[in-house]
Amino acid sequence: MTDFLEISGLLVERDRRPALTLDHLTVKEAEILAVSGANGCGKTTLLLTMARLLPFQKGEILLRGQPLEKQDSLSHRRRIGLVFQDPLLLDMSVEENITLGLRFRHMPRAETARRVDEWLEYLNIGHLRKRPARKLSGGEAQRVNLARVLALRPELLLLDEPFRSLDAATRSRLLNELKSILEQMCTTTIFVTHDPVEASAFGHRTVILAQGRVESQPR
Amino acid sequence: MDWIWQGFHDAFNLLLHGDPEIGFITLLTLRVSGLATLISLVIGLPFGTLLALHHFRGRRLLLGLVNTGMAIPPVVVGLLAAILLWRSGPLGILNLIYTPSAMIFAQVIIASPVITGLTVAALEQLDPRLRLQLLGLGASQWQMIALLWWEARLGLLAALMAGFGRAISEIGASMMIGGNIRFQTRVLTTAIVLETGKGNFDRAIALGLILLSLAFMINYVLTLAQQRRQSRS
Repeated sequence: MTDFLEISGLLVERDRRPALTLDHLTVKEAEILAVSGANGCGKTTLLLTMARLLPFQKGEILLRGQPLEKQDSLSHRRRIGLVFQDPLLLDMSVEENITLGLRFRHMPRAETARRVDEWLEYLNIGHLRKRPARKLSGGEAQRVNLARVLALRPELLLLDEPFRSLDAATRSRLLNELKSILEQMCTTTIFVTHDPVEASAFGHRTVILAQGRVESQPR
Repeated sequence: MDWIWQGFHDAFNLLLHGDPEIGFITLLTLRVSGLATLISLVIGLPFGTLLALHHFRGRRLLLGLVNTGMAIPPVVVGLLAAILLWRSGPLGILNLIYTPSAMIFAQVIIASPVITGLTVAALEQLDPRLRLQLLGLGASQWQMIALLWWEARLGLLAALMAGFGRAISEIGASMMIGGNIRFQTRVLTTAIVLETGKGNFDRAIALGLILLSLAFMINYVLTLAQQRRQSRS
């Protein structure tokens, strides 16, 4: 596998204080990299920087060999997918929520409908299609959130503890399903979690972040 | 006390049989306050969005000014507008004093801070991570703002209602720079003051009922829209 992402000498500051320092980190094409660490160690900062929602002060991030900062921000954001801890669904139907990112990209209607059908079925939420998204259970809402992002077929998927608010059984089931989907789609993924056990179960490889630095890279 | 009931009786008679002057006053009130609210929305919505979503130097000062503007007395606005629009004033060349346009100008100054301030409040109540989520889904800045407006639409409708309420109910500014001229700048509020002063309680009550009904009908329609969307969510 070739390097999909290469980070070197990265410094990200938030409120003028270092929030993340990474000497070197690579992610291979189609790899699922799990990043584990305690709360406040810089995990979310890493994802927001990758999504270009936070600027970085020093260092270099190469995406398929191209410097991140030289790419247009909007074009870059349309190549990635970002999933937060909470589903953050909008006050509209499940179907409309899933079409959001496709509408942003001005996807033709037929292709939009095809992808929505595909992911509703894939994630077993077809029966929720017309339901108001705000009336779903936590597990259902997070499935809709995943469908909304996966329908975009992102080149890089950034997962910020997406199932943290769910009960252990639902979380475990969804993680297994998601891992299987990502492996089938060969989607390069960075998954952050505070739980090292979850990290090693989900990721092909795990790194541990502590106080804004990579502490170790267990194999 | 009979004169009060007689006033209501005569007022209903006036309303039932139609009075051309009252009709003119009602339509002019709707035109002036409706246009003023629309212009205030065009100013207040983007300005409120800017203040809610961006942190820049001077933002707190601007927020303080907007909040002060929400409570500004209409007579002070009338005085300011009169100074600006007076024939020898800075904008006197526009020849707007004692015209409906001058009244719209004053009502915009009164309603804009209300719409701006309530827009800021409505947008600041949204989860701040929603912006990141929308941008993460590939939204452009405009697409993100449109969806934030959608999410805050109940609060934005409330802002619109409050802006219209403030515009249609003000009297000081309209009196000072409209002049309360018959068939030219007389609106419901200024006409009520005039008729009450003259002791014409039947006409004053009729005009008061119209003003209340207009305010109720417009706000009721907006409330229905607001509640329908709320019950869907």
